[in-house]
Amino acid sequence: MVNPLQTAILEPVAASGLFQMAWLMIAIPLVSAAFLLLVGKASNAWGHLLATLAPIASFGIGLALFFQLLGASVAERTVEVPVYEWIGVGPWDVQIALLVDQLSILFVLLITGVGSLIHIYSIGYMEHDERRRRFFAYLNLFIAAMLVLVLANSYLVLFIGWEGVGLASYLLIGFWQHRPAAAAAAKKAFVMNRVGDIGMALAMITMFAHFGSVEFAEVGKNAAQFSPLTATLVGLFLLLAACGKSAQVPLQAWLLDAMEGPTPVSALIHAATMVTAGVYLIVRSGPIFDQTPVASTAVVVVGTVTLLVGAWIGTSKDDIKKVLAGSTMSQIGYMILAAGIGPAGYVFAIFHLLTHGFFKANMFLGAGSIMHGMDDDVNMRNFGALGRAMRWTFLTFAMGYLAIIGFPFFAGFYSKDHIIVAAFEHNMIVGICALIGAGITAYYMTRLMVMTFFGRKRWEHGVHPHESPGVMVFPLVVLAILSVVAGVAMNSWINGWLVPAVGGEEHTYGLLDGFTEPIGWLTMGVVAIGVVIAVSVFKSVPKEAPRGNFLERAARRDVYGDDINNAVVVNPLMAFIGLLTGFDRGKVDGAVEGIGASTSGLGQVLRRLQSGYVRSYGLTMVAGAVLVGAVLILGQLA
Amino acid sequence: MNPENYLVLAAILFAIGTVGFMVRRNALIAFMSVELMLNATNLALVTFSRINGNIDGQIASFFVMIVAAAEIVVGLAIIVSIFRTRRSASVDDANLLKF
Repeated sequence: MVNPLQTAILEPVAASGLFQMAWLMIAIPLVSAAFLLLVGKASNAWGHLLATLAPIASFGIGLALFFQLLGASVAERTVEVPVYEWIGVGPWDVQIALLVDQLSILFVLLITGVGSLIHIYSIGYMEHDERRRRFFAYLNLFIAAMLVLVLANSYLVLFIGWEGVGLASYLLIGFWQHRPAAAAAAKKAFVMNRVGDIGMALAMITMFAHFGSVEFAEVGKNAAQFSPLTATLVGLFLLLAACGKSAQVPLQAWLLDAMEGPTPVSALIHAATMVTAGVYLIVRSGPIFDQTPVASTAVVVVGTVTLLVGAWIGTSKDDIKKVLAGSTMSQIGYMILAAGIGPAGYVFAIFHLLTHGFFKANMFLGAGSIMHGMDDDVNMRNFGALGRAMRWTFLTFAMGYLAIIGFPFFAGFYSKDHIIVAAFEHNMIVGICALIGAGITAYYMTRLMVMTFFGRKRWEHGVHPHESPGVMVFPLVVLAILSVVAGVAMNSWINGWLVPAVGGEEHTYGLLDGFTEPIGWLTMGVVAIGVVIAVSVFKSVPKEAPRGNFLERAARRDVYGDDINNAVVVNPLMAFIGLLTGFDRGKVDGAVEGIGASTSGLGQVLRRLQSGYVRSYGLTMVAGAVLVGAVLILGQLA
Repeated sequence: MNPENYLVLAAILFAIGTVGFMVRRNALIAFMSVELMLNATNLALVTFSRINGNIDGQIASFFVMIVAAAEIVVGLAIIVSIFRTRRSASVDDANLLKF
């Protein structure tokens, strides 16, 4: 199977004018983070305000660049901004440069836009945390690293951002490090991401060995020279990297635990931006995946499996954040699936990534607002009837809900529909899986809505839910509006905008396409079934979770993700390490200590010669002298 | 007179000194035995000087005498101080320096 559509090859033009300022977008939050961490307590009073201004400034620059690109001709929309020469040794010439094009600028706007809103939200959410300044410094660090990731012009620079967001993610998941669960979750996320990083490093090494360059443009131009085997290997390495960062099966287990972090972190890093880096990586690596049907198929399989597993997990969790985390996994599965289809799917993957960034950030922040009103309780069995108590949160959450299930004219309706249609065109089975996923999504999101906002009050004693302060409601409203309009706004435009950058077919999609295609009706039908089932099942919610059937019990245990990891990797490794430790203790230490023991044992014997009797020493000396004399005399005679 | 007789005498003196050093317990006697061995060596050196008709052996014997004088100064001092503290001049009693 060869993709009939071509992936676009980058041909950057040199930066001029405003584009030379692109590095400022990264520098501002980075400097702000360093400043807040270095100045320390002195900036406690106003640090969060400075930190909030940083992503807003970056957003302003990003917006200016976006309009510049919008005004430029298509050929001039890929701009390379050199920053400095990093390594220049012999044939090696590694430049640090930024690539501003149609794809990266959309990411910049998403990261800095949603990032700014989440900074504003955090002012309210973290108000009573005595380490709020540090929290904001880490958020700024994340924004800077994520911008490096998406603005990089080569895999190596991307890798700097890749590791930077990993660090920020680690610091923020474990922000409440006095809680052992948070510390463990941070460590788990870090270690599992390292597994993915091995794939990234191997892919880069292979590219360097073949082309002497890891720049996107160079690699894209030369990708056709890869042998099929090398291309497949590089594709699989990149897929491994994407799996680690984007929490795709089999490296998915860290994302659910990552919910230990503060909720704004879950919204920004573990829903809207960082976890989508894998999708970005695969779309950017389009020319490589064009060469390798095997790796592309692997991407599709991973995406399909993850979208089902994530949705499955979402159906049975009682922790509201974990439902949303499972949902994030599932939605990113959709994106990975679309990216795996090839140039025909890249645009849809990015489209869904953007809309998902809006509505999922909206819902995570909504969940944070609920926790804020419910004394940090996350168990939905203790919620119920919150719709009236928290009206703004309810209304904005509802917009996110309608967007994710794909209610007509909301954002998800457009972005997810495209992916399902593309999946059906690609392969019947994959399409059916995507369709089932949409049904399950509707089911678990309806369950979440019903358990949280409707029904009877099941509040714990002494909990008095109240609406969050305005500084938290404002981002919710903005994101809710985006959840509603983003699909309509971008549906007809994004294809023409992105196709020159990522490849695919120029095609104008109408706002009513979903109603003209049978798959559109099918999707809406499946979604409606999911909603109806959830509403009828969760009419009454028991305070104690029922034991549930086999599927529910599996989902509560994250579909045995940790158990599988333990059985397949951790326990065999521990056994192997036990073996190695035994060898080290027994054989290596034994040899070293044996030499020591035998030497001192010999000493125990030899020291008996030191009798303390002068006359016996004299006898020994005489015997020695006689011996030497005898040897000399015999030597003369011989 | 045949110079080899002197060598025989030196050998006899050396043997007496060696045996004396090994069998006598008294530190002073043992010390005298060592001196006897040194002087036997000196006699042999001087005899060789005479046989060969040069003074190399005589020079060597002077060195031996000087070293022996220095050794007596140190050695006697040690023996005297051991005798003062232990009330004994027996070399077998001074056996603390051992394993």
